[in-house]
Amino acid sequence: MGKFIGQSIKRVEDKRFTTGHGRYTDDIVLPNMTYAQIIRSPYAHARINSVDTKAAAAHPGVVAIFTGKDIAEAGINGVPCGWQVDFKNGDTMKEPPHPLLVADKVRHVGDAVAIVIAETREAAKDAAELVEVDYEELPAVTDPYKAVQDGAPLVHDEAPKNMAYDWELGDKEKTDAAMASAHHITTLEFVNQRLVPNAIEPRSAIGDYDATNDKYTLYTTSQNPHLTRLLMCAFVLGLPEHKVRVVAPDVGGGFGSKIFHYIEEALVTWCSQKIGRPVKWTAERSESFMTDAHGRDHVTKAEMGFDKDGKIVGLRINTWANLGAYLSTFSTCVPTWLHGTLLQGLYTTPAIHIDLVAAFTHTTPVDAYRGAGRPEATYLLERLVETGARELGMDPAELRLKNFIPPFDGVNQPGYQTQVALQYDSGNYEQVLKKALEIVDYDNFRKEQAEARKQGKLLGIGISTYIEACGIAPSAVVGALGARAGLYESAQVRIQPTGKVSVYTGSHSHGQGHETTFAQVVADKLGIALEDVEIVHGDSEAVAFGMGTYGSRSLAVGGSAIVKSLDKVIEKGAKIAAHKLEAAVDDLEFANGAWTVKGTDKSIAFGDIALTAYVPHDYPEGLEPGLDFSSFYDPANFTYPFGAHIAVVEVDKETGKVTLKRFVAVDDVGNVINPMIVEGQIHGGLAQGIGQALFEEAIYDEDGQLVNGTYMDYTMPRADDLPSFETDRTVTPCPHNPLGVKGAGEAGTIGSTPAVVNAVIDALSEYGVKDIRMPLTPQRVWQAMQNGKQS
Amino acid sequence: MIPASFNYHRASSVNEALDLLKQYGDDARLLAGGHSLLPAMKLRMNAPANLIDIGRIAELNSIRVENGTLHIGAGATHSAIAASPDVQGHAPVLADTAGMIGDVQVRNKGTIGGSLAHADPAADYPAVLLILNASINVIGPNGTRSIAAGDFFQDLYVTALEENEIITGVEIPAMPQGAGAVYLKFAQPASRFALVGCAALVKKDGGTCSEVRVAFTGVGNMPFRDSGVEGALTGQSADASAIEAAAAQAAGGIDVLSDHFAGEDYRTHLARVYARRALSQAAGLA
Amino acid sequence: MGIPITVQVNGVSHSHEVEPRLLLAHYLRDVLRLTGTHIGCDTSSCGACTILVDGKAVKSCTMLAVQADGAEITTIEGLASNGELHPLQKSFNEEHGLQCGFCTPGMIMTATDLLANNPSPSEQEIRHALEGNYCRCTGYHNIVKAIQNAANTQG
Repeated sequence: MGKFIGQSIKRVEDKRFTTGHGRYTDDIVLPNMTYAQIIRSPYAHARINSVDTKAAAAHPGVVAIFTGKDIAEAGINGVPCGWQVDFKNGDTMKEPPHPLLVADKVRHVGDAVAIVIAETREAAKDAAELVEVDYEELPAVTDPYKAVQDGAPLVHDEAPKNMAYDWELGDKEKTDAAMASAHHITTLEFVNQRLVPNAIEPRSAIGDYDATNDKYTLYTTSQNPHLTRLLMCAFVLGLPEHKVRVVAPDVGGGFGSKIFHYIEEALVTWCSQKIGRPVKWTAERSESFMTDAHGRDHVTKAEMGFDKDGKIVGLRINTWANLGAYLSTFSTCVPTWLHGTLLQGLYTTPAIHIDLVAAFTHTTPVDAYRGAGRPEATYLLERLVETGARELGMDPAELRLKNFIPPFDGVNQPGYQTQVALQYDSGNYEQVLKKALEIVDYDNFRKEQAEARKQGKLLGIGISTYIEACGIAPSAVVGALGARAGLYESAQVRIQPTGKVSVYTGSHSHGQGHETTFAQVVADKLGIALEDVEIVHGDSEAVAFGMGTYGSRSLAVGGSAIVKSLDKVIEKGAKIAAHKLEAAVDDLEFANGAWTVKGTDKSIAFGDIALTAYVPHDYPEGLEPGLDFSSFYDPANFTYPFGAHIAVVEVDKETGKVTLKRFVAVDDVGNVINPMIVEGQIHGGLAQGIGQALFEEAIYDEDGQLVNGTYMDYTMPRADDLPSFETDRTVTPCPHNPLGVKGAGEAGTIGSTPAVVNAVIDALSEYGVKDIRMPLTPQRVWQAMQNGKQS
Repeated sequence: MIPASFNYHRASSVNEALDLLKQYGDDARLLAGGHSLLPAMKLRMNAPANLIDIGRIAELNSIRVENGTLHIGAGATHSAIAASPDVQGHAPVLADTAGMIGDVQVRNKGTIGGSLAHADPAADYPAVLLILNASINVIGPNGTRSIAAGDFFQDLYVTALEENEIITGVEIPAMPQGAGAVYLKFAQPASRFALVGCAALVKKDGGTCSEVRVAFTGVGNMPFRDSGVEGALTGQSADASAIEAAAAQAAGGIDVLSDHFAGEDYRTHLARVYARRALSQAAGLA
Repeated sequence: MGIPITVQVNGVSHSHEVEPRLLLAHYLRDVLRLTGTHIGCDTSSCGACTILVDGKAVKSCTMLAVQADGAEITTIEGLASNGELHPLQKSFNEEHGLQCGFCTPGMIMTATDLLANNPSPSEQEIRHALEGNYCRCTGYHNIVKAIQNAANTQG
């Protein structure tokens, strides 16, 4: 712990948000700005016979209208996919184009057909209603399993059987053998349902072309403006990157959904150049439902083999992953490299194999949503372990403890090599579970539960333990796995002549509090005041480069890049200090913001060195002036946070309604810079994970209509749906990054979902219920009790 | 998010509103709190050419008790009704119900008249007005009339309001002496409208239920009094088994709604559970 | 056809001619450039646009600007007085009751209405009072704490 590191420093960014002075994309108004409305398909699958824009064009205030034909004629490519996952037999992944506006065929409800640009938002909206599109409706498929069966309607002609790729990981032969000799096999077949991310700020983008300087600016609700710039320039519009500035100002939540390069970003940029005026597009919530990349959507058959003592001997998984109508930026890696690789969980399972098919369907594209692949892996493992324990007549906590990988710190003991490619960095899994059991008072709970049963009340407890891979990601590793980008991070630390510090980070904060956490690191390392540090992010013109914020990577990767630059500052500062103090560099030590000659009181303050660096009158020979360093940090490995979550629920026997009574989360995210912020990240993650367990699901009907595409039908967790959370943590530092941090953004979401489901199943044990499809709505729970009673 | 264009007319009296309605007829809609109409207009599911704002007509906002009858102006907001000592004293179940509608922001703007005119099959008020034997006062080109709540709701979003009529208020007679009444709802989790809402009124003489009124919202195309349940409990003792038996009759003969939150079977089951719970609580209050 | 309106917003009187269909939320954001009032949905659900109209919390996306004629409005920008933050603005910072900040103005305005009517609410009362406000970042945990904290400070 330093003066700031490890302290719950109040967030420095809060003032602008609590006073209404945040600056989000839709808050920006540029001179002469126009407004765009996008015409979207009401059908999941239809041929476009014609698009008639005459009446719309004649509407007062309309500036321009573009259709799919215009985009095609301009030779603009679609938005690309950033990760290549090839077929098992070596065939290249099917990657049909995702045009900015479609000309021939719409492939999901919400697919963009035309854009109307007008003087006002009202005129754009009114004129959009006048665009007449003649559709010929075609049959649709929305389920990933059905999509790959013979005779299913094709999403893209170039992808037979709707397969984008198939994929496997692990040792099939070994796993089959292990399963064949298992004493008991637990099997679950389930759907990990589709979720809508629902950041409360709808997506928005403003394209602003400056003809005089032939320069483009895009303001956008993005988690990674540089990546958006790179993809848009290099793959979509063919613009010179140095002539394009991308700004992601304050962003109102992302949860993954604002990672991806969306068609609207390229559209407003292109349209702005065409009409010579700024163009703003802001999604209405119903558009967000139809077009923000969705999450999850797996159909899975999972089998876990146990020996007679309850040791796990094998894990065999078949998954059909829904990718939606097009390949979104990172969609392809989510069910594969962020899912299959996590199937070791916390357990010593000696044989693992996953077989997976990734399918196109007539639905909104699916991509990373908070947790991305890891919640799906955790869900299947923790449901299998809990179900296995029940079937074997063992206590689920005990079964886990029996199968945990023993503690290892990654320094004195090596990392743990899994059966599924990854090597865990450090972990102490028993410790988190034991702590969580203690907090919830597990032993006593069973008595309470029995007592409650006598009074006709259904109480249940459910455990989930998880590991995740974050700090995404080592470039060489992900490159070998098909990533088309390196997932390092950059940071520039610029010491101003007066000793104040500006830090330019490629990470992007959309709620994570980087302006505080990063400043804590900088202030401590340099021994200066917190208010002397400014964190700058989100502007490709200010920050040299960046890969952005997702996969719980900001502190582990972005923070490490900052530390690298700080080290360079201190190293150079020492040379200047040595010169000023007339001492050898090796005789100096840097602490509390000053260089001191060891064993003396001769010292020089950081501020004096900063000034000297910029006013180098009395200066070391041959040393450049200035104190300003950039670094790129490419991690050596992923980081592996882990934890144990326990839910306590009560089920209304008559209605099936589940009330979450308690939720205990003990997480180990490595070292913690700001406990308050880390807890806040956990809380938010828990709410989303609990949301999946109990409330949320995007429902498509047979025709491919999104049945619940508004907040009147899609259940978002609200304040009175949730209890106050009981959080705690253990600390197992990451051995391979300078801060020893692992990442906290997704932990809550990954761990919580199966804990809640396990708790409900536990509550229903007298009904013999094995599984209930998520979300566990009152109707489904009631139905499960009915079926249980009957059987 | 942006309604289609319309002309805006502000009425300063009921008569002026009537004149405007006459003038614009079919192309006009009344705007009170706007919490049913504006959401529909923002999604362009509704695009009237004229809006007649009756939100400022003071005579529509009053809440008072006169000669044992509670009068609530059509323009009274849900929060005003929830907080009104007159409502709390006269028909506490109505005050409680008003406090369950939507959320605090919605209650601060939405009005009882607007809610009734909209006639959402899952709205909360109707079930309660049915068990309170309320009547809805309207005024139109041919003068005023009073419509019994039981006659007012006619189908999904359809009421007995005739062309160019305006709801002016609701009248609620005194509850039977010593009766207890409650409204319970099982909320649709996203919208928090009633998936099943049950209002029950029970009057006991000795241990016997001398009067029973039960009404549902959210169950069928329109709110309804459930004569099956009422008949089964009236004259019976107010004990748990009698109540259970009566509640088991709930929603008999009704075309029960079905959606992804509650299919027909589950909704019917909920209606029975909520009938039992509401009757028990109402009997407890009696 | 423009309709003249006069509103008092955060103590300042504004007069404009507005199109009847202009929503109050858009009037505040686009005409007055008070962009602290956010728009997060189109179904009057999320509460990001919550403001006080004549002292009561309302969703400004579900009110026409013409309906606000003559009203006194407080938005998040008007909550601090004389440079001093409102107790809720302070407590949201103290208790880490916000992350991305997008729902925050609406949360604070709803909480203002709550504390005006119920100066010392229980946890359940606070949670219930927030049913018209969505937050996707905080899991509500620290928002509840922030409101409790402000209630204690005010009390």
